[in-house]
Amino acid sequence: MSHPGSDRCQEIAGKPVGDCAHQSNLFRLISVSGNTVCAVQCSNIAAHPILISRIVTTPATTSLPDLWRNVVPSRLARDETLLAWLETDLDARLHFSRGLLLITDRRLLNLASPDAAGDTYDYRAGLVIGKNDHGGIGRVELFDGSARLACWHYTLAHDIQASRFVKQFEQRLTEFLAGAPATRIAPDCCPDCLTPYPDDRQECPHCNTTINAPPSTWTLLRLWRFAQPYRWQLLSGFLLMLGSTAATLVPPYLTIPLMDKVLVPYQNGKPIDFGLVAWLLAGLLGSALLAWVLGWAKTYILALVSERIGADLRTITYEHLLRLSLEYFGGKRTGDLMSRIGSESDRICVFLSLHLLDFATDVLMILMTTVILFSINPWLALATLLPLPIIAWMIHNVRDRLRTGFEKIDRVWSEVSNVLADTIPGIRVVKAFAQEQREAERFRVANRHNLQVNDRINKIWSLFTPTVSLLTEIGLLVVWAFGIWLVSHNDITVGVLLAFLAYISRFYARLDSMSRIVSVTQKSAAAAKRIFDILDHVSSVPEPANPVHLDKISGRLEMRDAGFRYGNRAVIKGLNLTIEPGEMIGLVGHSGSGKSTLVNLLCRFYDVSEGAISVDGVNIRSLPVAEYRRNIGLVLQEPFLFFGSIAENIAYGKPDATRAEIIAAARAAHAHEFILRLPQGYDSLVGERGQGLSGGERQRISIARALLIDPRILILDEATASVDTETEKEIQKALDNLVQGRTTIAIAHRLSTLHKASRLVVMDKGEVVEIGSHDELMESGGAYYRLYQAQARNVDTDLNDLPPAATVDAKVTT
Amino acid sequence: MNNYTLTRNPAGRLVCTLACGTSDTVVPVRAFPIAAPDEGVSLTGSDGHELVWIERLASLPEDQRTLIEQELAQREFTPDIRCIKSVSSYATPSVWQVATDRGDTELLLKAEDHIRRLPGGALLISDGHGLTFLLRDPAHLDAHSRKLLDRFL
Ligand SMILES: Nc1ncnc2c1ncn2[C@@H]1O[C@H](COP(=O)(O)OP(=O)(O)OP(=O)(O)O)[C@@H](O)[C@H]1O
Ligand SMILES: [Mg+2]
Repeated sequence: MSHPGSDRCQEIAGKPVGDCAHQSNLFRLISVSGNTVCAVQCSNIAAHPILISRIVTTPATTSLPDLWRNVVPSRLARDETLLAWLETDLDARLHFSRGLLLITDRRLLNLASPDAAGDTYDYRAGLVIGKNDHGGIGRVELFDGSARLACWHYTLAHDIQASRFVKQFEQRLTEFLAGAPATRIAPDCCPDCLTPYPDDRQECPHCNTTINAPPSTWTLLRLWRFAQPYRWQLLSGFLLMLGSTAATLVPPYLTIPLMDKVLVPYQNGKPIDFGLVAWLLAGLLGSALLAWVLGWAKTYILALVSERIGADLRTITYEHLLRLSLEYFGGKRTGDLMSRIGSESDRICVFLSLHLLDFATDVLMILMTTVILFSINPWLALATLLPLPIIAWMIHNVRDRLRTGFEKIDRVWSEVSNVLADTIPGIRVVKAFAQEQREAERFRVANRHNLQVNDRINKIWSLFTPTVSLLTEIGLLVVWAFGIWLVSHNDITVGVLLAFLAYISRFYARLDSMSRIVSVTQKSAAAAKRIFDILDHVSSVPEPANPVHLDKISGRLEMRDAGFRYGNRAVIKGLNLTIEPGEMIGLVGHSGSGKSTLVNLLCRFYDVSEGAISVDGVNIRSLPVAEYRRNIGLVLQEPFLFFGSIAENIAYGKPDATRAEIIAAARAAHAHEFILRLPQGYDSLVGERGQGLSGGERQRISIARALLIDPRILILDEATASVDTETEKEIQKALDNLVQGRTTIAIAHRLSTLHKASRLVVMDKGEVVEIGSHDELMESGGAYYRLYQAQARNVDTDLNDLPPAATVDAKVTT
Repeated sequence: MNNYTLTRNPAGRLVCTLACGTSDTVVPVRAFPIAAPDEGVSLTGSDGHELVWIERLASLPEDQRTLIEQELAQREFTPDIRCIKSVSSYATPSVWQVATDRGDTELLLKAEDHIRRLPGGALLISDGHGLTFLLRDPAHLDAHSRKLLDRFL
């Protein structure tokens, strides 16, 4: 029952059923889902209990999904061992349906459904398995020689498992044909990203970081995180608020004695007691003054605090945004992000400082008034408070609709600003093609959409406020009627009725404004949600949990089976490349072959979806992102200059650089002379996109910027694409000196610029097709040869402009 | 007019043989899969270059059209959402249980702007795993689905 070596288990939950001594080793038998039994080998099991769980819980042997757990054993022969499985989720007609592919020690088995009999493919020479994907679906195909035996489909969510499955099949097939027993794939590195496991854990430190939990809906409460630093100011503000609200409630109370002790007796023939009147009036004035002072202090303190909370919110959100990966920015539009950080954080701030404050005051006031009213006369108080539940019900009812409405308005607003953010930077193109009219129309459409959404919500909203007012009036009517009835029965005095009316009209006036809180709360909750959307977004290029610090890197770069896709489009496939320290690599290939993408991966702007990239033998995912990037000097295909002086732009990566360093870098990049020709030399301002400079000039500044930080790794993505041949030669000379001792990756379409490269890497459709020196590649007459020939034939033609026929020709003739 | 022939080889790939004698495995690709699926299909060779451009699928002889359509059916995957049964939350990321013309499944909506409006009112939803779902006519969904969807638009 126990096969040494076949220690694969598909089941973690297996219980130890016994130990048995076998030769000099001890085997622990583990029962797996009823009838599969496998053994884990360990020389001293008692001393290494952890070893067992390590071996058994490797991701390659995760347990079968529930659906299949009971089905699979019955489909296997008694002595057949299950080695690996893959769940597919599409059937042959591409309908969603679950199927299972199994690899056992002797065959491949496909179960189209739990009840299906299953198709068997016994291992034999000539079987070939293949995997590809297109448009979001992956296919695993099985061939016998050149004939296809079967094809299974899955969605890309299972892609990594499928790659693993294909590898496992190939391995098992080779073993089978060689007559060897089944062995396991080395479990010491993660099968997904090939990172070696850390010593103490058997799970990959990188692959378990995706979080897809939605943020909580109690978004506004989450603002507390930002309010916490100001809790003492908030507390004092609250106490002041308590005081000032109490002070405003004094005047109506004083109307009772003013009425009952002064005015009504006077009408009944008694003289006015001026002493009492003076006291009462002084009380009125005093309470008004007190309310004024306290109200001022409270508003001031709380406004101050909320402004600070808003500012913190903005900066923290922006800081977080800057740390997000390029993938995030790729999927978002500038206008949308701008409106989130700018206007929506402001809205939250206004909400906190104005509306929430008012609301809290109102609630306090209502509570206090209720207490006072009940203490004066419970019956009248009850009648007064009658409309309150109705209003509360209304508010509750409308709230939901309003909230979704306001979220919608926010989104539409972003749409409007997106149109602006799209068009203004592209204004040259708009003008060049005379499309002002169209852009105006696009804006008008966005605006109209905005209007529509607003109109819809205003329909509900506009009905809401007048209804509250109506209810208020009706409430007053009730109090009048009931009050007069009570007065006529001598249950209350006229003074009490007047005090009630005074209270109640304040009370309802507040209700009206309180009902407004609904909309503003919803608005700010929507705004807060959109801000927390940013804050909750985990960078897809996460900082490592246990960062490794490399003091000084030597610059040895290694890519192992690297794969990358933008969405469902595989752009880099199975790329293996090692670059030695100090080596210069030339990266060539057709436009769109994935050169810039490779650079993005090397800089860790994106993380590989499969495989791993390491520097000096350490996975770059284990290094702190910023620390790693500090070692890279990057010149991008599209140079970007920030608004500021040229010197600032050159010193961007090293703000404390001395002037001498800046000039040295500029000289090296052959930018020095043209900079001096500018009216203000190094102090000249360059615009948003370096508008005042030519393409080549911008490029040279960005070269200087990369050189200034003296990086170990230099990446030049078409660094000299937009300069004339003369200047290019000059920059090239400068670069030739600078690449000494640095690992350099240079991308160029003009192959002549890569003469210094020690190796050329030719890429095609995301794969490395050739590696070698210029001479070797010319000799072998492959892809590079054709590229070179095409350029030599037509020196002025850029590689992109090659007529397709040229390559077809070459292909047919070779 | 037909200066090429199409066949399917034993490996299950389409092979196109041009009049000049060159032959290559080809992949049919629609130029406007959403806006005009029946117009403009390109047969691209293994090196990514276009071998044949077909203006309209309907103009092809029956057998060739069937071959191309079979191949397209194997490659195209844009399930059409018929009903949204439930969503895990109104805030993204949100997991939707949907019924499509290709059976029931779940889709992961990572952010609201992964819902793309197409001219004509249809919606294209890209799921977190790289699939694209189509919602041809949001106005004609059932009330429950529409209400759920509305929260994301
Ligand atoms: N952000 C992105 N989202 C989706 N696809 C992308 C993105 N960036 C690039 N691609 C695609 O990836 C492929 C490789 O692009 P890449 O920029 O790496 O090409 P390249 O080799 O640098 O080309 P060039 O020589 O023209 O600069 C292209 O087909 C491109 O369309
Ligand atoms: Mg590029």
